Amino acid sequence: MTRERRIVGPFNRVEGDLEVRLDIEDERIAAASISASLYRGFEAMLPGRPSEDALTIVPRICGICSVSQSIAAAAALRNLAGAAATRNGLLAECLVGACENLADHLTHFYLFFMPDFARPAYAGRPWYDEAAARFRAVEGTAARDVLPARAAFMHLMGLMAGKWPHTLSLRPGGSARPLAAGDVLQLVGLVRDFRRFLEQHLFGDRLEAVTGLAGLDDLARWRRAGGGDLRRFLAIADDLGLDRAGRAGDRFLSYGAYAGPDGRLWPAGVWRDGRVAGLDVEAVSEDVSHAWLEGGTLPPLLGRTVPDPDKPGAYTWCKAPRYRGEVVETGALARQMVAGQPLVRALVAERGGSVTARVLARLLELAAVVPVMEDWARAIEPGAPWCDALALPDDGEAVGLAEAARGSLGHWLVVRQGRIARYQVVAPTTWNFSPRDGAGTPGALEQALAGLAVPGGDLTPVQHVVRSFDPCMACTVH
Amino acid sequence: MAEPLNLLWLQSGGCGGCTLSLLNAEQPNLVDRLADAGIRLLWHPSLSEASGDEALAVLAACAEGRERLDILCLEGSPMTGPHGSGRFHILAGTGRPMIHWLRELAGRARHVVAVGSCAAWGGINAVGGNPGGATGLQYDGETPGGLLGRDFRAGAGLPVINVAGCPIHPGWLLDTLLGIGLGRFGMDQLDAYRRPRLYTDHLVHHGCPRNEYYEFKASAGKASDQGCLMENLGCKGTQAHADCNMRLWNGSGSCLRGGYACIRCTEPGFEAPGHAFEQTPKLAGIPVGLPVDMPRAWFVALAALSKSATPKRVRDNAVSDHIVVPPASKAGAK
Ligand code: SF4
Repeated sequence: MTRERRIVGPFNRVEGDLEVRLDIEDERIAAASISASLYRGFEAMLPGRPSEDALTIVPRICGICSVSQSIAAAAALRNLAGAAATRNGLLAECLVGACENLADHLTHFYLFFMPDFARPAYAGRPWYDEAAARFRAVEGTAARDVLPARAAFMHLMGLMAGKWPHTLSLRPGGSARPLAAGDVLQLVGLVRDFRRFLEQHLFGDRLEAVTGLAGLDDLARWRRAGGGDLRRFLAIADDLGLDRAGRAGDRFLSYGAYAGPDGRLWPAGVWRDGRVAGLDVEAVSEDVSHAWLEGGTLPPLLGRTVPDPDKPGAYTWCKAPRYRGEVVETGALARQMVAGQPLVRALVAERGGSVTARVLARLLELAAVVPVMEDWARAIEPGAPWCDALALPDDGEAVGLAEAARGSLGHWLVVRQGRIARYQVVAPTTWNFSPRDGAGTPGALEQALAGLAVPGGDLTPVQHVVRSFDPCMACTVH
Repeated sequence: MAEPLNLLWLQSGGCGGCTLSLLNAEQPNLVDRLADAGIRLLWHPSLSEASGDEALAVLAACAEGRERLDILCLEGSPMTGPHGSGRFHILAGTGRPMIHWLRELAGRARHVVAVGSCAAWGGINAVGGNPGGATGLQYDGETPGGLLGRDFRAGAGLPVINVAGCPIHPGWLLDTLLGIGLGRFGMDQLDAYRRPRLYTDHLVHHGCPRNEYYEFKASAGKASDQGCLMENLGCKGTQAHADCNMRLWNGSGSCLRGGYACIRCTEPGFEAPGHAFEQTPKLAGIPVGLPVDMPRAWFVALAALSKSATPKRVRDNAVSDHIVVPPASKAGAK
């Protein structure tokens, strides 16, 4: 038997700094440890500030999920006030949130995930030349198609949120940016323009044809004819067996996404043992046994974040969130498993969660949400109120939940005498890239890497598995 | 053709938002704009193929002088904590604090660019007593020094170029890089805080669509109102150096156009205003922070005068979230 220890870092195209440590036995990963190597201390910065300052400070935790941070902070303050946002305000929240999430899905697929298939390790595969020309980092033809389309789509941010990242338009009472009738028309126009891009380049088909695929037979039939980058990805994924790579525990968490005035587009819940159970927010806790932090396991409302850089046995700044003490995975795959997306459920039923399933779930969200964005835009009533001024109580506790592109994001807030007394953030990648807990149970990515074959010691498969989670390390530790 | 400019981009204590903002570059897109500036990306943590050992080989070659390093960009704050050790950010795969890498690489670079307010001053990381020990490359807040020290000069003779902002506008950085590429970027292009004057010779106030409300001191009372945000909602647009309302964001945006106050994010110390971000501190009913170059007595006199002359249209629209009184027209008067 051959054994070796390999360290991969800086692990790039993951939004932030990441180190992956691998124990490899006979060309197979025996164990993985995931280390988030940057600590900034947002949870230590916020106490003492006026509670509404969270709206300014918290989005700056992350430049890629900035709007999701805004939405979670606004929701926490809204819940603190025990009040509701305006109808237009909730539509704005859905639209601005969707713009960020979909742009993130697009960025992830084209700029972060696909460039790995242009690696020289794959030269000689039947698809290599085409994939390298299309997806090579910075130089491939895809970057020149995608960057202008993404930037044009982000004009939604200029129109509805002032700028991206780091807007202050989304607030507990609604949106600070009222749209006039003419603005709504611009909005519809730019959503349609984005649809055109997706249909032409990514799907090679109508969005409705993609969201209408009800199972694996449908998908197989759809793949036989037509072009587009999704079909290209699926061909590569089949050749490399990515539908069998990267399975974690197949327990999935979603806080429920796009809470519009008439309810959520996708529900909250937890998928476990083949069925969905309702979400119990109180079941969330954070263990710090392997993090360079003091203390023990606590619910976030009582959470602490105190560095202990010399702690024995610790290997990351990331806490280990658990749901009823168990590891769960979050992200587009989790959202769609909980929501009952038929194709995603079928794929997971057959092979479990995988690299292919995670990527496909994100692309299906792109196809599903763009038409709904147009519905939200058309539901806006320009003359109706946009933002209520909510009176925030001086004392209280509240939780704000959101779904970022990469999964479930929660803010736990305690306010005393008008000032923040505690602010704890549990981010999507905190769940997915969590270290081991006190019982020694590895986190979701650590599980997904264990057992992965790395023939000849080539670690390219590791790149695919890690990036399939669309990690955001900036959020992870914050 | 001239030799390409080798650019190495590193990230430390930050959110990655300046890179994400950079991806919003348009006409032309980011890839073409870098090419126009003659830039060859040696490595960028979000964009490059190279990972792990391949990336470390690039860093080592620059640090040892085997690869020419024309431009070093840092996004995010150097993290000096805990206790000056720099261990709050160990560069993954190296076991070595990022601040050591930064000192070494800056010493090899012909130009050093701080991308964003975190890299320039410490920025948002300095909130709440700065628990991570964040600092800027050559400033710590308003104080010169920072990680590299006040006397630092990069190979071409300039101090650290501070493209401050939280986040940056893509144009601020890309125009700076083009200026460097064309050999048109000298000390005279930098302001007193060593920010490129190509965006700091203006105030955020310039070109704000709320200027008419400002003139008449017709102020918004709450978020989503259309009036000026200075009197009540914390706007610092008259004190912040940046062209945000002239060089717009994401097509047609700016903070003010998005309905919220300028928090002067291009200025050192913006993270600690000494009051709630979106509330204007006042003394005897007059905002404490007045326009940068306006004597207080004048402001008070002018404000009183203009308030008394405010047209009904401006007064009513200021406290509404939509136009309640459109501008009069001759046709309507008949
Ligand atoms: S809102 Fe701010 S930037 Fe706009 S006019 Fe008023 S003071 Fe100037």
